[in-house]
Amino acid sequence: MAAPENPQQQAATIRHAFGNVLSFLILLLIGVLAFSIRLFSVIKYESVIHEFDPYFNYRVTQFLIKSGVYDFWNWFDDRTWYPLGRVIGGTVYPGLTLTAGTLWRIFNALNIPLTVETVCVFTAPIFSAFAAWATYLLTKEVKGVGAGLTAAALLAMVPSYISRSVAGSYDNEAVAIFALIITFYLYIKTLNTGSLFYATLNAIAYFYMVCSWGGYTFIINLIPMHVLLCIVTGRYSSRLYIAYAPLVVLGTLLAALVPVVGFNAVMTSEHFASFLVFIIIHVVALVYYIKGILTPKMFRVAVTLVVSVGLIVGFAVLAVLIALVASSPTKGWSGRSLSLLDPTYASKYIPIIASVSEHQPPTWPSYFMDLNVLAFLVPAGIIACFMPLSDASSFAVLYIVTSVYFSGVMVRLMLVLAPAACIMSGIALSEAFDVLTRSIKLQLLAATENPQINAGDATKVTPNDAVKTEKSEDSVKERSSRKSKKKEKENVEKASSVSRKEKRLLVLPLEASMIAVFLLVLLGAFYVVHCVWAAAEAYSAPSIVLTTRSNDGGLHVFDDFREAYAWLSHNTEVDDKVASWWDYGYQTTAMANRTVIVDNNTWNNTHIATVGTAMSSPEKAAWEIFNSLDVKYVLVVFGGLVGYPSDDINKFLWMVRIGGGVFPHIKEPDYLRDGQYRIDAQATPTMLNSLMYKLSYYRFVETDGRGFDRVRHTEIGKKHFKLTHFEEVFTTHHWMVRLYKLKSPKNRIRGKTKKSKSKATTTTSSKRIGARKKNPWH
Amino acid sequence: MGRSTTTTKDAQALIHSLRTAYAATPTNLKIIDLYIVFAVVTAIIQVGYMAIVGSFPFNSFLSGVLSSVGTAVLAVCLRIQVNKENKEFKDIGQERAFADFVLCNLVLHLVIMNFLG
Repeated sequence: MAAPENPQQQAATIRHAFGNVLSFLILLLIGVLAFSIRLFSVIKYESVIHEFDPYFNYRVTQFLIKSGVYDFWNWFDDRTWYPLGRVIGGTVYPGLTLTAGTLWRIFNALNIPLTVETVCVFTAPIFSAFAAWATYLLTKEVKGVGAGLTAAALLAMVPSYISRSVAGSYDNEAVAIFALIITFYLYIKTLNTGSLFYATLNAIAYFYMVCSWGGYTFIINLIPMHVLLCIVTGRYSSRLYIAYAPLVVLGTLLAALVPVVGFNAVMTSEHFASFLVFIIIHVVALVYYIKGILTPKMFRVAVTLVVSVGLIVGFAVLAVLIALVASSPTKGWSGRSLSLLDPTYASKYIPIIASVSEHQPPTWPSYFMDLNVLAFLVPAGIIACFMPLSDASSFAVLYIVTSVYFSGVMVRLMLVLAPAACIMSGIALSEAFDVLTRSIKLQLLAATENPQINAGDATKVTPNDAVKTEKSEDSVKERSSRKSKKKEKENVEKASSVSRKEKRLLVLPLEASMIAVFLLVLLGAFYVVHCVWAAAEAYSAPSIVLTTRSNDGGLHVFDDFREAYAWLSHNTEVDDKVASWWDYGYQTTAMANRTVIVDNNTWNNTHIATVGTAMSSPEKAAWEIFNSLDVKYVLVVFGGLVGYPSDDINKFLWMVRIGGGVFPHIKEPDYLRDGQYRIDAQATPTMLNSLMYKLSYYRFVETDGRGFDRVRHTEIGKKHFKLTHFEEVFTTHHWMVRLYKLKSPKNRIRGKTKKSKSKATTTTSSKRIGARKKNPWH
Repeated sequence: MGRSTTTTKDAQALIHSLRTAYAATPTNLKIIDLYIVFAVVTAIIQVGYMAIVGSFPFNSFLSGVLSSVGTAVLAVCLRIQVNKENKEFKDIGQERAFADFVLCNLVLHLVIMNFLG
């Protein structure tokens, strides 16, 4: 007995060792894949920071590296939101900038002289490799090593995650998704092992998540939901208590440490769920403890007594709580969270949140574009999680269900759906491959070693052995979710009836299994091709540099934005104020280094409405408003010459709406002719006289003689006009960015003089600059 | 009238059985229970003090209460892991459980000291 066991054990350990080395190598390759697939934008364009928000993060990182952590923590920025300023230390999530700053310091300490910009550009790909490894760890806890490797490989390439983490997309989500997955992994690990050490690590990972992204409220609501689910379905165990209770206490404290969150950690409704479940789990724990030490009869007595008293107390507390919460108009929720729960809230009450394109609901094709093959592997994975159902797999199911709902509300949250979809698909694919390869192996064995089946390997099981298995049923169901494999359908029917009756390991016929494996690999190939295409073509555009192919195949580059910012930084004074729509605020402060009036943070609706009103008013009124804000230059983005569709004229109606929301004299119907937004000869006079129209189309008729706007596809209405209160100082090469300067008021007023509100004595009273300015708000 | 006497008799029997069952627990668990009671009472005293004096500065109040509640929760976790009747935790040795408890408390109090203000 001992002799044949030893070589068999040796074979098993060698197989284990080989498997470990193989999975380590695979993980390494997955990390390299995740990093390299995000480098398309660096190769196609250059190593530049993309979009708008990353420029703000880049500027903050520069400040952090230059001035150190203490100055960064207490930084009051006076170069944005002039004249209000912005408390950077208290309104920014510091995780991303601190991470990049740390990376820069590590590299410099190792004498690798990378610039801050390079570190910022490549932070996202590095952390997506980490996120893929974290997905491996999480899925390994849920289902096993095979599922883990598959899920990690899927996450490395999934397009929705690539879209927010290409090289150059230096935004919060780059590190936040890694923090999210690591927090979930540590929670599941604590749940599975019941060790306080992992609970501590879980709290620290949660702290990192709170530092990085406002989406941390997803974690602090999902985990209590899962705990409640476990309690309600009768899966309460003391490991659940160890996993949850320290997290709540430590997590609340750590969340309150981050200045952005502060006391919101205990006062807003987003956290109430965690406290409620905290109380519930203590009650449940007490009940279980008492049940353990009492006899059943006494326990019943205790229950009747306690229930009657407890109900009264409970109702009283509940009444107080409801009164507290109902007294606030939004029931304690913040605007952004409320718009997640009630999707129509933002469009009714907060037009700024409603106007951001990332906050719109996604269309159906975007699910297939962003998830591709995963979209129909997910249901198979959900079913695989139910056999057997463990705490970890119930958590995975809850995660995918909630993230599907939230992704349906806001397209930006498809990012949270991506890891869940990858985990589920990884589980599904791994289970399918399990059954198929087992079938192939057993069929081959049965064919070649017919008489000698039972001797030898403990892992070899013949098709006719009665072994306990749940995999038979789930592999049956997996078949039905795979696309267009009609050949296996008949075999499935036969095999399923056999397996249900006799509870055997499911073994399929050899040819069917080989074809199924080949088709699954083909499916994976389609997925890879789509992901690489999406990364290269769809998600790599830096949007600060635009390219187009001309007719003879040459590449034409539109670098107008950087041209305008460079002009600003070289030809204006350091203290000059630039007014533009809020989209360009971050880029202007970061690249042109000039003070702006409003920027992408959009925290002050009235200030934005002021700028919007100025853009919608006639020249003189706009000049008054801008003069009261000390503005020197106005920046306007215009795409009519080259056909760039995201220009200010297309955004103009939002300016009118937001301005009209605060200043009632701006009425949206004034700018529409018969409910239609036009800029041609049929446009309303209010529209043709507005500052935005004039600044966009000033001298536009000189380009082609007719003034044909390539974005709106019409000729403009008012073609020949002069500007009275502004002068053009710069227009970029393709007319995409236009800069205007406010004209100083005239020194001498001819004709009738206006008596100013203070003493006005002579007929030629000079309106000196810096003397009493007329305040348009009185 | 009869019901109230049966309920009081039931209540007395219940309390008696609870007391006898609790007396059977080992001494080390009773020590941990005493520590838990102490921490919870400290938390209640702090809340009462806040109700009298007002909640400024709020961060100090929060860190004080959460430190008491936190160490009580951690002591409950320690009790769960050290309890010989819990079969799930056989393979976590008593020393390891206590070391985890100390580590978690260390992190908790580090955060508290930072937040105390």
